[in-house]
Amino acid sequence: MSAPESRRVLVTGLSTYWGGRLAQALEGFEHVEAIIGVDSREPTRELERTEFVKVSNQHSLIQRIVRAAEIDTVIDTRLTVNSVAAPARAAHENNVLGTMNILAACTGSDSPVRKVVFKSSTHYYGAEQDDPAFFTEEMRRPHAPRVLIERDIVEAEAAVGDFSRKNPDVCVTVLRCANVLGPDVDTGFTRMFALPVVPMVFGFDPRLQFVHEDDVVHALEHAAFHSAPGVYNVAADGVLSLSESISLLGKLPAPILPPFGTGVLVRPLRRLGFRIPDEMLNQLRFGRGVDNRLFKSTGFVYGYTSRESVIKHSEHLRLNPVMRGGEESYTYEREVEEFLRWSPHVRREREEAPVDREPLGF
Amino acid sequence: MPPDRTSLSHPPAPETLDPDSVGEEHETRDLPERRPAKRTRELLPAIEPERHLDDWGRSELVEGAFDRTLLEFFYRYWFRVEVEDIGNVPSEGGALLVSNHAGALPPDAAMIAKAIREEHPRPRKLHVTVEHFFKGYPGFSMLIPKIGCVAAHPANVQRLLFDERELVLVFPEGRKGTEKLYKDRYRLRRFGRGGFVEAAMLGEAKLVPVCLVGAEEAMPVFAQLEFMKRLTGLLYFPITPTFPWLGPLGMLAYLPAKFKLRFLEPIDTVELGGPEARHDKALVQTVAQEIRARIQENLHEMVARRRSVWLG
Repeated sequence: MSAPESRRVLVTGLSTYWGGRLAQALEGFEHVEAIIGVDSREPTRELERTEFVKVSNQHSLIQRIVRAAEIDTVIDTRLTVNSVAAPARAAHENNVLGTMNILAACTGSDSPVRKVVFKSSTHYYGAEQDDPAFFTEEMRRPHAPRVLIERDIVEAEAAVGDFSRKNPDVCVTVLRCANVLGPDVDTGFTRMFALPVVPMVFGFDPRLQFVHEDDVVHALEHAAFHSAPGVYNVAADGVLSLSESISLLGKLPAPILPPFGTGVLVRPLRRLGFRIPDEMLNQLRFGRGVDNRLFKSTGFVYGYTSRESVIKHSEHLRLNPVMRGGEESYTYEREVEEFLRWSPHVRREREEAPVDREPLGF
Repeated sequence: MPPDRTSLSHPPAPETLDPDSVGEEHETRDLPERRPAKRTRELLPAIEPERHLDDWGRSELVEGAFDRTLLEFFYRYWFRVEVEDIGNVPSEGGALLVSNHAGALPPDAAMIAKAIREEHPRPRKLHVTVEHFFKGYPGFSMLIPKIGCVAAHPANVQRLLFDERELVLVFPEGRKGTEKLYKDRYRLRRFGRGGFVEAAMLGEAKLVPVCLVGAEEAMPVFAQLEFMKRLTGLLYFPITPTFPWLGPLGMLAYLPAKFKLRFLEPIDTVELGGPEARHDKALVQTVAQEIRARIQENLHEMVARRRSVWLG
């Protein structure tokens, strides 16, 4: 592989869904020597050899970790892209200031970091009336963002762009992920699709593009192990209309949201528990499609098309009531994790039978 | 296979550029690239046969239903469309059809699409470019993409012509054409800034001028009411023999004028210099003027030879 190979990886946002999934995936690659995760909260997924350091977004501390562990690759999965998942202030703090701190930790002439992978979102493009049908990576959004979370994403990406300009020898990859579907992930669309009838804005049938959660994890992996500097859209093949997606889910569409003043109506609905995020409102009217060819040209192969992601999601939705409560959720216990990693009494079978997965593509 | 031009080397449409972040864009391009990332045609999403919608939101079912009923009736019995030189529409490769435009809710696009489906030796689907306005108007927003219309965004035209190698129809007169009154019939308005020529050059597509006689009489517009336009939020508020008297239905109540459709000799933009030629503004303007003049000339000739508006 011609790419600067990632051997010592720092995953920021380890306790987010993506951080946890990515760390689990990286553990399967034998050539990855060290996986270190940082977050301000405790991990939510069970990890085998990833080391967790509880640290908030303080660049001096992260910088010490980066230098001490000689991190060559930083994968930033921390971005909040769902405005109902966190209060606006916390999201801004995390998205804008957090990103700046992580990048600051990678800066410096003696920094060991050779590669930065930044997970972003296609919310970067927004959704407006005069959008192109397919956004390509170098397009700018036609209007300045009005939704707070979109403003944060644009600002965070600007910081990443600035970093890449000032550190030309670091390979910076930005992945803009489309609406994610899957059994585990929690997004505005998974919540909406879980409702008994799926609301639509009256008189609109937007074009939407999805990507399966496993494909996003594989995309992050792919970016970590290949040299692909630049910005890439990560979205599955195929753009579906909302009504088409709803019929694939086997649900009924309910065109109940009024086409005008949707924002006003949504506020009381939120109080009732129907939490539809701001950034989704425009998407429910105008939709969004992106061109996914650039990332495919780097050798990445998607496991699911948009249609298959929706079908897969519908299978999960049908299975969910049956499986509910079946799996025990994981809680992080520091002492147990440390014992498992460092005690001389723990038998490590992994070394005898290495499970090295081939990276995707090529 | 023409030389592979990635869209990374294309300047994005000027209106999509945000001046603040242009620098960032240059940056990502300057980074060392081991494996050149390219948007080739081969990487376009494969067609999923189980779907009845394509990625543009076009629905075979809805389009077919329209085609068999309303369009069939208008095409055969109402407008009795007569087609000349359909062979000038290329059977393959991207082509940009350029037509004159008239009528409050113009039937011309639908009739041109139907003519290609009916008369052409190798029927192809036609993508009609429409104003962004429709995407924001409830109802229209749902229907318009399903029957094969796309927003007139340069990036959309580029993708259709170059990547998907499809037929696209544009009306360079745009709204100036549909707003024009009956007294100005068959007088072409200004052809924009020649954006359609640039789009065809960029897409390495042929330019096919199209002349249509009859649409001006099918729905003559006597006046435009600025006040009502603002009140209803519509693109314009015309006074026609049936609108607004019959309500929204009046928009579809066309008079039975005889339609004559003529496809003119195509212009190959590759011969003009291909994608690089679009920077030559003088050439772009010349080609735009040339196409406008040819359509105008043919329109005059067709109107002069027409003995009756209704019988042809």
